Amino acid sequence: MSFLDLFRRRGTAPVARERLQILLSYERATHGQSDLLAILREEILSAITKHVTVERDSVQVRMDRGPSVSTLAIDVEIPHSAGMLLAAGS
Amino acid sequence: MAKVIVVTSGKGGVGKTTSTAALGAALAQTGQKVAVVDFDVGLRNLDLVMGAERRVVFDLINVVQGIAKLPQALIRDKRLETLWLLPASQTRDKDALTEEGVGNVIQEMRGKFDWVICDSPAGIERGATLAMRFADAAVIVTNPEVSSVRDSDRIIGLLDSKTEKAEKGQRIEKHILITRYDAQRAARGEMLTIEDVLEILSTPLLGIIPESEEVLRASNIGSPVTLNNTASAPARAYLDAARRLKGDDVPMSIPSDRKGLFDKLFGRRAA
Repeated sequence: MSFLDLFRRRGTAPVARERLQILLSYERATHGQSDLLAILREEILSAITKHVTVERDSVQVRMDRGPSVSTLAIDVEIPHSAGMLLAAGS
Repeated sequence: MAKVIVVTSGKGGVGKTTSTAALGAALAQTGQKVAVVDFDVGLRNLDLVMGAERRVVFDLINVVQGIAKLPQALIRDKRLETLWLLPASQTRDKDALTEEGVGNVIQEMRGKFDWVICDSPAGIERGATLAMRFADAAVIVTNPEVSSVRDSDRIIGLLDSKTEKAEKGQRIEKHILITRYDAQRAARGEMLTIEDVLEILSTPLLGIIPESEEVLRASNIGSPVTLNNTASAPARAYLDAARRLKGDDVPMSIPSDRKGLFDKLFGRRAA
């Protein structure tokens, strides 16, 4: 079947196949983690609001997947009014 | 007790409704009692493909809401007496479907039929998740084309997480049905091959439906392709797929209408 294989590899289908494999390996990982991120976000938010008043939208939780380690980035925007509480050390 | 099957895809226009009608009619031809259910609320088309559009009185939402009883809404096929259609509503919106209501209707149908085949709407929203919610098995209709394969992958993820079976920790049976396949183009490297699609989706194959003019011819006159011209290539492919659904061991092939030298050389290779 080497003759057929020679024939087959000339088209655009191998490109489609490769693009799909790369895309789906990424998408499968991110869809799997989206639930985890949502849970983390809620729990982080509830921990923060015990001490500081923050808007729901001002808490960003992001996960970046690397080949050996992943990093979790939490970005919380605290308004000045709430910052007073922080300065007081409560 | 019926086996409940969802015919789904994520992407629109890949052949869910055609496949629902064809598989339903194929199973009914073997004497099995079959109901095909249209979940595409607001955009129903299974009635049209089945040739029953002028006989719709009540629909799925009427039954879900208790306005009509199930037997009042079911439409018996004029050609096959073991084939029935439960149409979707054309006027209501999909929010009228509740999970509890759909569950009750499916439960009632389980006791009356051998097969309940649910035609899912495209997308991953409520209509699609409700269509798959109570299924025992899924037929994922996929075209050998990048966007369809990607959406099938997404749907497989939903089948494994959002169905009642998955939530109970059971495995939902999944099958890929490749439609609009052109063996010649695949052989020339212009179309993803069957092996490519199966490898990417890691899901077993139910059948390969060749691209064919017969599909449009059948829908034009409101007949499932497996009833209109049973000798045609897509009809033979669907009849084989239906036998595999029943558990028969049918060798995989790609039926062809063309009998050229090219088909003899390449037609069956991908199987």
